[in-house]
Amino acid sequence: MLEVTGLHVAYGGIQAVRSITFHVKEGELVALIGANGAGKTSTLKAIARVIDAVGGDVHFCGEKISRLPPHDIIRKGIALVPEGRGVFPRLTVAENLAMGAFVRDDKAGIANDIEKMYAYFPRLKERETQLAGTLSGGEQQMLAIGRALMSRPKLLLLDEPSMGLAPIMVQKIFEVVRAVAAEGMTTLLIEQNAKLALEVSQRAYVMESGEVTLNGESAQLLNDPKVRAAYLGE
Amino acid sequence: MDIFLQQIINGLVQGSIYALVALGYTMVYGIMGLINFAHGEVVMIGTLVTITVAGLLIKVGMPVALAGLAGLIAAILCCMALGWGLERIAYRPLRNAPRLTPLITAIGMSIVLQNLAMIIWGRNYLTFPPLLPKMDFEFAGANFTLVQVVIVLVSAATMGGLLFLVYRTKLGMAMRATSQNPAVASLMGVNINRVIAAAFVIGSALGAVAGVMVGTYYEIAHYQMGFMLGLKAFTAAVLGGIGNLAGAMLGGVLLGLIEALGAGYIGDLTGGFLGSHYQDIFAFVVLIVVLMFKPSGLFGEKTGDRA
Repeated sequence: MLEVTGLHVAYGGIQAVRSITFHVKEGELVALIGANGAGKTSTLKAIARVIDAVGGDVHFCGEKISRLPPHDIIRKGIALVPEGRGVFPRLTVAENLAMGAFVRDDKAGIANDIEKMYAYFPRLKERETQLAGTLSGGEQQMLAIGRALMSRPKLLLLDEPSMGLAPIMVQKIFEVVRAVAAEGMTTLLIEQNAKLALEVSQRAYVMESGEVTLNGESAQLLNDPKVRAAYLGE
Repeated sequence: MDIFLQQIINGLVQGSIYALVALGYTMVYGIMGLINFAHGEVVMIGTLVTITVAGLLIKVGMPVALAGLAGLIAAILCCMALGWGLERIAYRPLRNAPRLTPLITAIGMSIVLQNLAMIIWGRNYLTFPPLLPKMDFEFAGANFTLVQVVIVLVSAATMGGLLFLVYRTKLGMAMRATSQNPAVASLMGVNINRVIAAAFVIGSALGAVAGVMVGTYYEIAHYQMGFMLGLKAFTAAVLGGIGNLAGAMLGGVLLGLIEALGAGYIGDLTGGFLGSHYQDIFAFVVLIVVLMFKPSGLFGEKTGDRA
């Protein structure tokens, strides 16, 4: 479904991503793990066209999307939950969710999906009319995920959903990530928390200094001595 | 007491004009952090277009009210096109330039538009055709005219329309989202270029309405009239908290009141040393005081963007 070939991202003279190649098949939950600065976020941003890649191609459902303007990516069915959440602080929770459905026109369907998000995250329902800037970090992460799902994407890109959150919040958020994936949502997950990412995903790619150094079934990577030493603190 | 009430009325009228113009500054600033110093000139062009169109139509025998309406519509359309063109030609190429660059460009565009207007309409004062019948009212010893009533009502209705657009429509929501986080708004499918263009076009339409009101009120117009009006409306926007719609409205009305009351009492307060023609002082004293003590303006506080 998603094919990334030879993707290359640079900031000025600094190479963030050096020609990486990977793919995500329909219905899969794939993780991209690696240390801080390995190029994970840059990869995701380049796929979502937030930044320009220097080289390489991104194909989605057989169509080349690496030259599209950023506001057309969501219309192709790709929704990104950005690093740091990026909620609209002075819009209410309900308005943030409605913004997620900006590309849709079916009012009834949108209202329906907002209720669905409240079912995933009851906390958001309680805070419906509050400004998003007043939510806690975990609540903002819930909102950012709900907002992304509101576009009814074919592919969900999650950038560090556990970042800066209390363990209990991380657990809640990953319950939903798992549930959404179980319903058939194709997901590409980026995580620094390698253990968590390998536990929820079916396959994973390990990134180091802008390159994929390992890949395979998550269950196998979880038992790989190299991975255990480098990312699982053993 | 009479003079107090009288000046309150005058201040409200002037203030509602400031408020409409201030909205044009604040909308553009809110979305892209640019102070569009050419906005005063957009207002001026609105006034002058109305003089030409309404004057011509009256000359060929169209009823005054109808000609006035046609003039207003022509002014709105011209100003919208002008606002769109300004953004497209002058500001869009500088979107990623350092902040000082578009600011200086804005001042440059202001000069260009003034000179363009001078070439088209000449350097003399032009008479604005009387579009509304002369009617006077009296209330508790203060006088006001039909023109003043219409100005306050039209500006209130226009601002109501703007609030509806911004808070109740999809475009408005996209505008608010873009002003808060343009990168994420584009992830949601918002075409940022279109939203920015919309802010310019809508702000310019409000400016056109203000321009027609200024012309109707003072019955005179000139290619340089936008400069002082623009500066004062900018002051009003800063007073209310630039980037904030309610702030621009309140700031405009407040500035009108401060000026009117100041002009009404300055003679008494200085024993006749300074007369009411010093009224322009007040706006800029307000600007300096706001910038010194509360640069974020009345409503300009950032709400918690925590986490």
